[in-house]
Amino acid sequence: MLIFEQSNLNPIPDNHLAPFQEVKPEKLIGLDSKYLRTENSRTVLPNLSELSVIRHCVKNSQKNFSIDTHMYPLGSCTMKYNPRAAHRLASLPGFLNKHPLAHSLNTQGFLSCLYELQEILLELTGMTGVSLSPMAGAQGELAGVLMIKAYHRARGDLKRDIFLIPDAAHGTNPATASMAGFKVIEVKTQTEGDVDLSELKKLLEIYSDQIAGMMLTNPSTLGVFERNILEITDCIHKAGGLLYYDGANLNAIMGKSRPGDMGFDVMHMNLHKTFATPHGSGGPGSGPVLVNNKLKAYLPIPIVGKNNFGKYFLKTKEELPESIGRLSAFHGNAGILLRAFAYARLLGRSGLKQASEVAVLNANYLMKKLEKLGFTLAFPERRATHEFIITLQKELKAYKISALDLAKRLLDYGIHAPTMYFPLLVPECLLVEPTETESLKALDYFIEVMSKILEEIKTNPEWVKQAPHTLPVRRLDDVKAARELDIAWREK
Amino acid sequence: MPFVPHSKADINAMLSTIGVDQIEDLFDEIPLVIKARPFEKIPENISESELTRLMTARANEDGVDLNFIGAGAYEHYIPWAVWDIVSRGEIMTSYTPYQAEASQGNLQMIYEYQSMISSLMGLDCSNASLYDGASGLAEAILMAVRIQLDKPKKILILGDVSPNYLEVLHVLLPHQGIEIDLDLNLNLDKNIKNLYAAVVIVQPSFLGLIQPVDVLTDWAHAAGALVIALVNPIAMSLLKPPGEWSAAENLDKGADIACGEAQPLGVPLAFGGPYLGFICCKKKYVRQMPGRIVGRTIDLEGKEGFCLTLQAREQHIRRAKATSNICTNQGLLVAAAMVYMSLLGETGLKQVAKQCYLNALALREKLIQIDGVKLIHTGPWFHEFAVSMPLPIDKIREELAREGIQAGIEVNMPGFSNVLLICSTEVHTSLDHDRYVNALKYVLSQAKIESCFNKNTELDGVTGAEKILC
Repeated sequence: MLIFEQSNLNPIPDNHLAPFQEVKPEKLIGLDSKYLRTENSRTVLPNLSELSVIRHCVKNSQKNFSIDTHMYPLGSCTMKYNPRAAHRLASLPGFLNKHPLAHSLNTQGFLSCLYELQEILLELTGMTGVSLSPMAGAQGELAGVLMIKAYHRARGDLKRDIFLIPDAAHGTNPATASMAGFKVIEVKTQTEGDVDLSELKKLLEIYSDQIAGMMLTNPSTLGVFERNILEITDCIHKAGGLLYYDGANLNAIMGKSRPGDMGFDVMHMNLHKTFATPHGSGGPGSGPVLVNNKLKAYLPIPIVGKNNFGKYFLKTKEELPESIGRLSAFHGNAGILLRAFAYARLLGRSGLKQASEVAVLNANYLMKKLEKLGFTLAFPERRATHEFIITLQKELKAYKISALDLAKRLLDYGIHAPTMYFPLLVPECLLVEPTETESLKALDYFIEVMSKILEEIKTNPEWVKQAPHTLPVRRLDDVKAARELDIAWREK
Repeated sequence: MPFVPHSKADINAMLSTIGVDQIEDLFDEIPLVIKARPFEKIPENISESELTRLMTARANEDGVDLNFIGAGAYEHYIPWAVWDIVSRGEIMTSYTPYQAEASQGNLQMIYEYQSMISSLMGLDCSNASLYDGASGLAEAILMAVRIQLDKPKKILILGDVSPNYLEVLHVLLPHQGIEIDLDLNLNLDKNIKNLYAAVVIVQPSFLGLIQPVDVLTDWAHAAGALVIALVNPIAMSLLKPPGEWSAAENLDKGADIACGEAQPLGVPLAFGGPYLGFICCKKKYVRQMPGRIVGRTIDLEGKEGFCLTLQAREQHIRRAKATSNICTNQGLLVAAAMVYMSLLGETGLKQVAKQCYLNALALREKLIQIDGVKLIHTGPWFHEFAVSMPLPIDKIREELAREGIQAGIEVNMPGFSNVLLICSTEVHTSLDHDRYVNALKYVLSQAKIESCFNKNTELDGVTGAEKILC
């Protein structure tokens, strides 16, 4: 039932607010009624007791899957455990109640955490400059692409209006490049999952002085490490372009290889993936952007600096006149950055490395086990990174069972669906990423379930096609949702 | 402590299943020359108890202020229940609700949020959030330009808007060829027929002023522009909502798009984020809206349920042709706003707005009694106002900050010096106001004594007592 349908017809007593003084409309001195909302202009806000609101929300919450309740082998999303300590410590009153424009005398503690996080991210990625301000991965991408634009402009290189993006890339990559005013050309992937180098070289010959840069994820969204990475960065640089690193898959290589060493000029990180800050049903994220010396001058503001007296301060256009500017009203998702700082300190230099090692171990273990069960791997000759792809083409042909069907059936067994139909170039694919925080027992349960479902596919495909059977709702009519649009409740 | 649950035996068993000797072998596709060396600067791990000491000390060093800054981020009382519910693992640690069957709770809460915020704005539709108010305004402008394909890619902003918001617009908009004009004086004699794709009206303005939104809206519509309302959602429970802006009945009534910062609805200040950008619009424009949208539908058995809808607008489907590149949004804050609005209800929210108004009024009255403190405008204001001070604002801010009081922020206004923008919300008591006023009086009087003292040291033969008396 909707919260509105539970509402009392009339307002009920509320004691959240201690009235400063009794307020009657006529006492709103100086406020002409022409400015005011009229009695007829009602909102749909419900009249409910605190207990009713809590029951409604708690019951609703119990209909969700979450990391705290379910395994989430969701490729490219890195759904790892979100430590409680990080959340609690970021919620300390001195941090939580701090106004973003408070005087720097009262923000040194907060700023010191952000400054130290900057230092940690720099060494982790092998870059030389960082700004924490982008509020999500896509905004970090935008910052990066705008910095590349500023770089070419500053050199008087005005013709460069094309971004090369592999066909396997996240949708945000092409959407970002076009938001920044660039044209996008897709680069094909060859059969073993690496970028098709000969096609790339051809494109570079055709468009040579129009190439602004290339956006790349490594390990790629295909769950494999791009083996020709040095050749790619080299030939893009020779063509005068710059390299953008999409940090979505950084959880596979912490302490193993660094984007800066691979030759990337700019990158973003997803702290809500790699640094375990909560996904919160779709956000907030945090997408710090990191650069090498070529792009340092253009980083978005603000950046946390430290002066000769050890005092922290926020660098703005005054210190960074060539900055691309500001992406958010204040300092980005500062509270999320605190959680990432807490996570980084809890793991430390060896813990970060170990996180990647076990993430990759877990993925390779699952991949091997699934292959043994008879699932088809997209790239059987390759190592898994922190994730890998299986394709259900065979099952679709033989039993008319799609990747969607299998994903929905997993929900019945209490496992969140892997990422489906992404990357687009592998048909009927499931992208599986267990993360390092799943135990061997949990992985073995996943294998056991996959084995059961494979059996069901062969013996009772109709049952699988109808899944899920045990969740609060069955498959939803999304065509109806789009055609008979109902996106806000109103009193009839 | 990487939260890894494996024993050594587990790891060995897994390695043997995979058929390698050591974990390092799993990374053998990485070319040797780009293998990372051991980290040197990243500190070694510390225990949870050590981290608690460290961060508690830093939070205590910053302290909890008596805050009179607004400027786009507002301190309101948040009932404990809000974050108690939102911090539940089932909400906080869940993923984007792409798998609708496994996300009905979140989807319903987003649907309920969309219903509440759109009705608060007097409009038909809302999306499931944008990053913050500044990027929300940028997205609203991009949306208006997409709708007004036959109009110039130009936007007019009426009245004072946050300088930080303007900076964000200047980063996000020029790449689409969009130009922005500002009109601080609300000059309605100008003929702008077909000159602008949209006009932005700010309510209340950055300097806290309540604007004559009805005439501004009619004027913009008559010139063929869409109206984008940049509003404070708390104020909209008391003031006329964007969907009803208009003095006439015959025109296309109401703002077409409303956007802004929904942080005041249950989201803590947290040094600037995460906050909650919102965007609402008339139904006819919904297909140009950026970001996720939740719709109500039915399942196979005819049972009511919720799912993401109109996804063909979004980057994961439309890629380079999407309405926006936004993917991750501010879902958790949507839940907080939904719970906050549900707990307060319509009367509670209006009560908050009224108390904000009266508190700012009460503080204003006390402040202008002080010698040298002058109001810049004649009002009406909502909960924020600008005054000129007889002392540099830096000095006032610093002296009050030493007492744990955030005095406000300095704003640059042509023709005025030492302008302080001050906000008072329902959280303040009259004792808080007295503490602020007394601290300010003390700083001003100290400054007076200092300046006298500096003058008098040049005079010989003046006694200490006389110096103070001057």
